Amino acid sequence: MWEQIRSNQIRSVVLTIGMGALLILIGYFLGLYFFDSAIAGLVIALLVWVILSLIGYFQGDSILLSMSRAKKIKRDDHPRLYNVVEEMKIASGLEKMPDIYIIDDPALNAFATGRDPNRASVAITSGLLQKLNRDELQGVIGHEISHIKNRDVLLMAMCSILLGTIVLLAWYGSRFLIFGGAGSRRSSSSGGGGGAQLIILVVALVFMILAPIVAQLIYFAISRKREYLADASAALYTRYPEGLASALEKLGTSTGQLKSANKATAPMYIINPFRKKGMKASDLSSTHPPISERIRILRAMAGASFNDYDQAYRKAHRGEGVIPATSLAAETVPITTTKLEGEAGEPNEIQRARETSDVMWRLSNYNTITCDCGAKLRVPPNFKEPQIKCPHCGRTHQI
Amino acid sequence: MVAVYIIIGVVVVLLIIFLVLYNGLVRLRNQVKNSWAQIDVQLKRRYDLIPNLMETVKGYMKHERETLEAVTKARNLAQQVSSAGAGERAKAEGELSSALSRLLAVVERYPDLKANQNFLALQEELTSTENKISFSRQFYNDSVLRYNNQTQMVPSNIVASMTGFKASEFFEVTVAAEREAPKVSFT
Repeated sequence: MWEQIRSNQIRSVVLTIGMGALLILIGYFLGLYFFDSAIAGLVIALLVWVILSLIGYFQGDSILLSMSRAKKIKRDDHPRLYNVVEEMKIASGLEKMPDIYIIDDPALNAFATGRDPNRASVAITSGLLQKLNRDELQGVIGHEISHIKNRDVLLMAMCSILLGTIVLLAWYGSRFLIFGGAGSRRSSSSGGGGGAQLIILVVALVFMILAPIVAQLIYFAISRKREYLADASAALYTRYPEGLASALEKLGTSTGQLKSANKATAPMYIINPFRKKGMKASDLSSTHPPISERIRILRAMAGASFNDYDQAYRKAHRGEGVIPATSLAAETVPITTTKLEGEAGEPNEIQRARETSDVMWRLSNYNTITCDCGAKLRVPPNFKEPQIKCPHCGRTHQI
Repeated sequence: MVAVYIIIGVVVVLLIIFLVLYNGLVRLRNQVKNSWAQIDVQLKRRYDLIPNLMETVKGYMKHERETLEAVTKARNLAQQVSSAGAGERAKAEGELSSALSRLLAVVERYPDLKANQNFLALQEELTSTENKISFSRQFYNDSVLRYNNQTQMVPSNIVASMTGFKASEFFEVTVAAEREAPKVSFT
């Protein structure tokens, strides 16, 4: 049941191959037009792609994490977050514990990265961390872990690099074609092939304009599919679809955009970091399915299995399923209704906010001293004095 | 001469099929073993947490001797049968789970205890360990299901019976309290 979701990757792989074909066609036309040799164009296109892919493969996760200014945490920094990640790691049967990062940003979002399940990281914004209770956090982390487990992270990274290469080549190609290339090309060619030349020019031009759009649509289609699958897996891991559903509800009501996200990294996040209010339900040009629909599907689930998710999805999409028949097992997986701890030991939102801000200060190497009067003193790392006076009640504290 | 080649070819193909099926079975059996080890780690962690919890709680809960003793007793019993098979073990661990949940339920009556930082940290650990136990059990049972299917279905069952792969036991918790949990609806 767990491995079988890989069979769904066949569809994604076919789409990826489609993008690859686009890249090859672009290279072909570029070569034909500028160098009189299709091979040269192909070589250039593939070279650009290989270089970008290698960078993405080996450095992609660290680039992404440093771009979003994420800070790595240890177990003691935030035991609850660490435990929840470990729980989902166990539920998914992942072999290695992923690294955990916190992004200091009030926007609500989370993402997973890493080229293979043994070298993976999950990152969550401090805003989301303080907004979610334990069950909701479990749902979100389950979603991210299943991106790692299903190897979506690598697939999406490679797809976005392919897309980037296509956009890059098409952009430069079309500029040369329109402004510079045409003139120089005409002077160097012998008179015979004028008609054929013109046809190639027109085809190439149309193609340069269409290719990036088509590639982007393919990319978005792959991305949306993976989101649904990750939701289904999260429900299965946690046996509690309501957790993710109510987390998504909280995510959906916020409109804060993540400062450190950009277009290339958007599909990595749990919800689209650029969404605006009132986004259309079946938006083709979105990396993520609309949140309201994801919530509706999760809440319509009768059990926690892939089968139940598929049924719920079919209801929302007039009979079209999302999970391939090979991974639908007939067994029933009940939804968990009991939680041992109840709500007893669960910190409320204010406590969670304090806890999270404590972690963020500590991660920036600030020393926190709690005074007897209840004030918290944050001592910056470059503070050199041996003791400090509480500005609230005047007691002195040793550092 | 041709016939010899055909026979050799058929034998080689059969051998390859046999090896692939055999390796698949080994992989599944190893996964079952690994996921069992994972349950074991979490159960041991729970044994280790309980004495700490008792130390912290004792001072506050003067009137709950029975509840506390039930937890300690269930823990010791579970630890004793920890080398037994999955079925017997699951029963003892189920008892421990329900004793613990009774204890955490009465915590509600002790606001002082609920404000104790040490207790809060312990409670988080205990909650998480309970979750980890049930998630590792979940994964173990899924692994067992897949392994058992593979040892019983044609054609891999032929390989399994020839090389001695036996079906594994599920880790089912059959505690009344856990089964009769109230249904929560979210409408």
